[in-house]
Amino acid sequence: MTPYELVAAPFLEFGFMRRALAACLALSLGCGPVGVLLVLRRMSLMGDALSHAVLPGAAVGFLAAGLSLWAMSIGGIVAGLAVALLAGLVSRATPLREDASFAAFYLISLAAGVLIVSTRGSNLDLMHVLFGTILAVDDGGLLLVAGVATLTLLALALLYRPLVVESFDPGFLQAVGGRGPGAACHLLFLVLVVLNLVGGFQALGTLMAVGLMMLPAAAARFWAERVATLALAAMAVAFASGVGGLLLSFHLDLPSGPAIVLAAGGAYLLSLAVGPVGSLRVRWFPRRHLAA
Amino acid sequence: MSAAVRLTDLTLGYRRHPAVHHLSGGFADGSLTAVVGPNGAGKSTLLKAISGALKPLDGRVALQGLTARDIAYLPQQAEVDRSFPIDVIDTILLGHWRRVGPFRAVGQELRSQAEEALALVGLSGFERRPIAALSAGQFQRALFARMLLQDARLILLDEPFTAIDARTTADLLAVVRRWHGEQRTVVAVLHDFEQVRAHFPETLLLAREPVAWGRTVDTLTSANLARARAMAESWDERAGPCRRGMP
Repeated sequence: MTPYELVAAPFLEFGFMRRALAACLALSLGCGPVGVLLVLRRMSLMGDALSHAVLPGAAVGFLAAGLSLWAMSIGGIVAGLAVALLAGLVSRATPLREDASFAAFYLISLAAGVLIVSTRGSNLDLMHVLFGTILAVDDGGLLLVAGVATLTLLALALLYRPLVVESFDPGFLQAVGGRGPGAACHLLFLVLVVLNLVGGFQALGTLMAVGLMMLPAAAARFWAERVATLALAAMAVAFASGVGGLLLSFHLDLPSGPAIVLAAGGAYLLSLAVGPVGSLRVRWFPRRHLAA
Repeated sequence: MSAAVRLTDLTLGYRRHPAVHHLSGGFADGSLTAVVGPNGAGKSTLLKAISGALKPLDGRVALQGLTARDIAYLPQQAEVDRSFPIDVIDTILLGHWRRVGPFRAVGQELRSQAEEALALVGLSGFERRPIAALSAGQFQRALFARMLLQDARLILLDEPFTAIDARTTADLLAVVRRWHGEQRTVVAVLHDFEQVRAHFPETLLLAREPVAWGRTVDTLTSANLARARAMAESWDERAGPCRRGMP
């Protein structure tokens, strides 16, 4: 097989692969920076929780309107935001920490979602919701992921400073800016996380969507040392994983969602091993120190 | 001299257990005060309450001619994530938050003020270093530079020199003296009595209840210190509601 056949031909010859590629690019642009901020805010597992929380909303949308993208997306957004808000409220009003209240609500949400889908739909539908179909993304789906990416980048550009400060030193932001800005940022950020997960779930499935958010962000930590470069690195890793996963899935006839997330997993392991910042290579084979 | 901060019958605590009990008094405008006392005496709690981060259980904190925005508060070290991927200069520039807020650009003037503040704390040339590469002492210097930019009338320092090397402590004490010379009100929680005697004219000796408050020479006497230790150790887990001040 020539390199052309291996890498270029699938995208040049098949329209569905080009659509999938465009969807991957849009997902990478949104999920990359959001994932980096999740990691910096020590909320990695909350991304996971929210991705599960989206399920019952998508399931109700599915029950109401069948495999309708918009019904499932709106349902997913509503369910994800409800869990995020409830968990936030509980952690502010009671001594229960935010991660624990997130876990409680997402488990309820996930179980409800699986119950709804499995009692009313066929197993095939359940697979579709859980694992997505990026190879069958239609115009509406492309618009959705592109819209989410656009909104995410605009919102992050606007909120960049308070978001970063709130992640770095929330006590300071509260002291100089009052409670308002920090809380507003946190809330808007959770909205962005949910939007990106919903954008991802129709392509990758609810369980895999968070993979394209967290794995590139974790990998980026081994390539960059500043928030902006971390976000760029995460976008690049996410897109490369998307391309790699699509090609894997095309040539080996594998399901696309898991293939993409596994490619991102591979990128993470590779970064962990040989990345230039704090990787195992740097740790075990340090280069000669600089002159003083 | 008028008081910048007046405390009236102030009781602070967590879950009804008082950490500071019926404290009244004032920090005079432009005064330099050390707060000392045994562990668990309520020193950090007092600073949190003055900064506005903690609501009193009883009594009140009155800021005179000051708003919450005129206060710079340095919490104990452990509370900031020092592995965060941010440069020294960006950390310092946060001190300008009141002027730039979440959206406005940082102009050349604010930037050169930040560089001056870095020079003053002995961190010139560190602008582009990630804070993860700083030692504990260097990071504390950076936080002092950030406070310099805050240009606050009231400065609250919670154990600023704990686990900090002697050289850094000396340099940062010079910054504290500078603030004192500029008529700012400074309140610092400290442990080192020698340091307090050498650099802080006023002292509040706290053991949940105020033991003594006034000139350092009058406050840090062996009789007062012994009393403070005894008071800190008598913690009654099953205390009933406090009746003091009730009709």
